[in-house]
Amino acid sequence: MNQWQTLTHEGLWANNPALVQLLGLCPLLAVSTTVVNSLGLAIATLFVMVGASTAVSLVRHQVPSTVRLPAFVMIIAAFVTCAELLMAAYAYPLYQLLGIFIPLIVTNCAILGRADAFASRQPVGLAALDGLMMGVGFGSVLVVLGGLRELLGQGTLFSDMALLFGPFAANWQLTLVDDYQFLFFVLPPGAFFVAGLLIALKNVLDQRSAARALPAAASPRSERRVRVTGIIK
Amino acid sequence: MSMFHASQVDDASSLLMAPPTASLMRWVVIATLPGVLAMTYHFGLGVLSNIALASIMGVLLEAAMLHVRSRPIAPALTDTSALLTGVLLGASLPPASPWWLIGVGMLAAVVIAKQLYGGLGHNPFNPAMVGYALLLVSFPTYMTLWAPPQPLINDTLWAQVLGTLPTPQLDALSGATPLDAFKHKAEELSAQQFWLSSPLPEKTLTAWYTISLAWLAGGVLLLIKRIISWHIPAALLGSLVALAALFYLSDSDRFASPIFHLLTGATLFGAFFIATDPVSAATSQRGKLLYGAGIGVLIMVIRNLGGYPDAVAFAVLLMNLCVPLIDLYTVPRPTGHAKDAPGVPR
Repeated sequence: MNQWQTLTHEGLWANNPALVQLLGLCPLLAVSTTVVNSLGLAIATLFVMVGASTAVSLVRHQVPSTVRLPAFVMIIAAFVTCAELLMAAYAYPLYQLLGIFIPLIVTNCAILGRADAFASRQPVGLAALDGLMMGVGFGSVLVVLGGLRELLGQGTLFSDMALLFGPFAANWQLTLVDDYQFLFFVLPPGAFFVAGLLIALKNVLDQRSAARALPAAASPRSERRVRVTGIIK
Repeated sequence: MSMFHASQVDDASSLLMAPPTASLMRWVVIATLPGVLAMTYHFGLGVLSNIALASIMGVLLEAAMLHVRSRPIAPALTDTSALLTGVLLGASLPPASPWWLIGVGMLAAVVIAKQLYGGLGHNPFNPAMVGYALLLVSFPTYMTLWAPPQPLINDTLWAQVLGTLPTPQLDALSGATPLDAFKHKAEELSAQQFWLSSPLPEKTLTAWYTISLAWLAGGVLLLIKRIISWHIPAALLGSLVALAALFYLSDSDRFASPIFHLLTGATLFGAFFIATDPVSAATSQRGKLLYGAGIGVLIMVIRNLGGYPDAVAFAVLLMNLCVPLIDLYTVPRPTGHAKDAPGVPR
């Protein structure tokens, strides 16, 4: 794998901000009630991540390390303001719906984390790609979470997509179960629950692929430890 | 948390004589009988249909989960803990709840709250109350529909359990629990005027009082058989009554009397059957006192100042969260060790 492929794999899967780093959980859990909410916040976060990573990388030689965090936060805040104004201009109903969570993108530690840990030490191209992949990784988890919660909570998918795509998307709603509501998944506890299941699913998939990659020589018998759950063989 | 340290370290003989889990759980099931019978007498066969459905589903779900986790099924099923969870959740739900409501509750209780955390002995939260809280948050219309006292056999029982009763008929059946009615009384009404306006259907209060006393009888049986220790119920009821009295003395028109809080709602049921769950409760005697008192305080705070008429489930779950901390600070000091000796818990 070359560096670009590594970055893509890290951002989308191996070091996914939402599933592995567990950063930016506040917007992830609060906003992901429907696909359209998730998608709106995902696009805004992606925009800020790419922009902030690129800009931080551009000024990395000019910013003394003592003031780097405030400087990065200012850069991120500038991009968040852009995203906020753009949303207010082109998707006003969604802008109102997401409310405080758009300005709060500034405090999304996934963005500042990547700016400090990666973009401030790497050339512009790599930093932009890292921002893009981290943003897409975060956004796709957000959208999947939103989809699952919308489905389990209201029995629909893609409702109100017109908020983001205009009247063109007015009839995109799929109603899978009529007259159905399961409030737990609409409320914040449901977000924790579904996010936990997604993390568990990722760990299971990783374990499976690791077990497949491992030759049969290293059988589980060679490693024994005291445990209180599971089967002791 | 039950494995944190032995339950009564300062009384080692009781540990040696402690009965195995299966017979413990069986005694708890037996002790629920007075309460269950009293509820059935007052609210009809819907109570039994709840309990039967919940217990069957509980046992089936437990077996299915044990199979998926490739653990031995037979010993875990004969300890009757899944059955007990079913009985407790079934008794908490409004009589003649639809089957799917019970199913969702038992799924949350057995699969999520118990088996996903590692099975019996490893669950930090009381399984039955996790199921109840999830249902209360998710389906408020069904969970607050508590029909008034009625004869044993009810024409609409089947339709209710199958979930096929049309909504208008369902609404006509619903009533309020005494706690609910008092919480939502008109602001300008004084307590006396409220009770004179006969706000509840006939016999509702007597029904709730007898049911509470029946749960108390079951609880006393558990105390006599030494299945539970007195610490949790005593601390819970003591703090609840004390705080209720304070509220009542401060404004008797807004807050109900301690007797009312003690004998209506799920206070006694919760004190003897829910809070005393040995797995999710605190372990040492001092810890149990703290844990019980915390539940009593939380029940009163939520009932009087919060949005819900009853609060046993939320109070128990919140205190379950505190159990690791309580256990950490209440490890008993072994006999003969000085108070400040190094390595000896304070």
